[in-house]
Amino acid sequence: MKVVVCVKQVPDTKGGVKFNPDGTLDRGAMLTIMNPDDKAGLEAALRLKDEYGAEVTVVTMGLPKAEDVLREALAMGADKGILVTDRVLGGADTWATSTTLAGAIRNLEYDLIITGRQAIDGDTAQVGPQISEHLNIPVISYAQNIKIDGDSVVVERQYEDRYHVVKAKMPCLITALAELNEPRYMTPGGIFDALDAEITTWGRANLVDVDDANLGLKGSPTKIAKASDKVRKGAGEKVAPDSPEEAVSYIIDKLTTKHVI
Amino acid sequence: MDFGLSKKHEMARTLFKEFAENEVKPLAQDVDETEQFPKETVAKMAKLGFLGIPIPKEYGGQGCDPLTYVMCVEELSKVCGTTGVIVSAHTSLCCDPIQTYGTPAQKEKYLVPLAKGEKLGAFGLTEPGAGTDAQGQQTKAVLDGDEWVLNGSKCFITNGKEADIYIVIAVTGKVEKRGRMMKEISAFIVEKGTPGFSFGTKEKKMGIRGSSTYELIFTDCRIPKENLLGAKGKGFNIAMHTLDGGRIGIASQALGLAEGALETTVEYVKERKQFGRSIAQFQNTQFQLADMATKVEAAKLLVYKAAMAKATQKVYSVEAAMAKLYAAEVAMEVTTKAVQLHGGYGYIREYDVERMMRDAKITEIYEGTSEVQRMVISANLLK
Repeated sequence: MKVVVCVKQVPDTKGGVKFNPDGTLDRGAMLTIMNPDDKAGLEAALRLKDEYGAEVTVVTMGLPKAEDVLREALAMGADKGILVTDRVLGGADTWATSTTLAGAIRNLEYDLIITGRQAIDGDTAQVGPQISEHLNIPVISYAQNIKIDGDSVVVERQYEDRYHVVKAKMPCLITALAELNEPRYMTPGGIFDALDAEITTWGRANLVDVDDANLGLKGSPTKIAKASDKVRKGAGEKVAPDSPEEAVSYIIDKLTTKHVI
Repeated sequence: MDFGLSKKHEMARTLFKEFAENEVKPLAQDVDETEQFPKETVAKMAKLGFLGIPIPKEYGGQGCDPLTYVMCVEELSKVCGTTGVIVSAHTSLCCDPIQTYGTPAQKEKYLVPLAKGEKLGAFGLTEPGAGTDAQGQQTKAVLDGDEWVLNGSKCFITNGKEADIYIVIAVTGKVEKRGRMMKEISAFIVEKGTPGFSFGTKEKKMGIRGSSTYELIFTDCRIPKENLLGAKGKGFNIAMHTLDGGRIGIASQALGLAEGALETTVEYVKERKQFGRSIAQFQNTQFQLADMATKVEAAKLLVYKAAMAKATQKVYSVEAAMAKLYAAEVAMEVTTKAVQLHGGYGYIREYDVERMMRDAKITEIYEGTSEVQRMVISANLLK
């Protein structure tokens, strides 16, 4: 059994967000982590490895430093890491990203593709299902439980107040929820091996059956009009006047000074 | 000269930090309060390979280096001194001597399950009358046919009742050395459950209260002849070499305690308000923190240097002694200052620094007191 897991390096929300002038995220300047939903997807794949001896290949698209999440995945127990990186792929929206990842995955054999439901930076939940469309395979999104049954997968698909049990023939794609499981820790020996391991790096030339018009910023139908970080408000000024009259006069005085009135 | 950590070590630190924060810190106060050995945490660490970090993969270990092991003990001790010393005693005092002096059969039988974390290790050298003076050993081992018969007792043994495999130092005869009759000392591997091997009472301690500290009692305890570790009569050297490594582990524990107390205090002084402002704004606080941080950094450099020396040198007694001496004294000083900066709250058990200060004291005492470290360092200067 072969499982491909798509992971994304996302900004660590503890570290603050930085933007490029064009409104896209300045990923090079931020602290990063493996997207939590993707990590649950990876854990699900690693459990299939533990149970059925599945071979787990992890794919990511991003800057060269996105290699870090692949090494983290290897240190957790994945078998192989593939980094898809190329200048022409930069600034991609969900359409261009799914086109790219599908183009990369066409090089691989797989029974199952697992992606996270959505990334904490974009929150679109589109890339996984779009990959399945590109590859023309079934998709089961919002998985809260995954089981293998012969040549099929049986997945509990989460809804707000219930879940559906959905069965699909493999190959198929599943999008995982962070609640799916508790991802395992890396191991010290796993880390040492992961840092020595070879990471396969692919560029535009390695993508199969994709059109340049669908790649990178140029191939992205989504255009960001404006992006901004939350503006922090100051602590303000606290006053404790003795009477309502005094309070009114204080406020009027402030507003006059600031030429508001 | 490069003081930067490799990516491997940085990533390993991330792992240890995450584990310590998520799995160890939430239990630290309870472990101290109830004096309960954190069995579940040890089982989790075993599963993740934390009990065999510097042991080669062929013996079931993680195949990492002493520095990675040091960082593990450091990060655990930042949040819980008890958990730090469990790993240290197991790795440095039990796995290490078997790896260094064990026969292939002993490694297969004992080191593999120890490194995998299936078994926990301990080390018995100290006796009621022989702590710093290791020559004062009274425990005897006599060869009787195919078995050694052990009689005597060991005290203050870390991982005491929780361990499965023990390295025990005992007197096996007398030898003449420079015209004087000296005790011949040898090392043995003893399994828990061996008839004649029992435990005394549990020690009630000032700090590291979750650590299982017991007396080991041997009464006609018969162990197989092949459980002699290293050559007969080499026990003193084995013990001293083992303690060199152990001191690096304890130095890491001390370093972690100091770092933990410093980090906790930095957060506290920003929150705590007196005279209408945070106490971080007072120059006394700032200067105290600056001194604490500088000493912690110096301790870290000594501890990491000792770990590197263990990886590359045959003899690293002085590096280990300096690291332990300094890190332990820094741990005591920094945790004491941390309590002072916390004021009254620092004296209350609800606050972590109170426990850290109690935990720090032992690092100046066990595996060679600070005075013994000074003897080791000066003896090397004056030889």
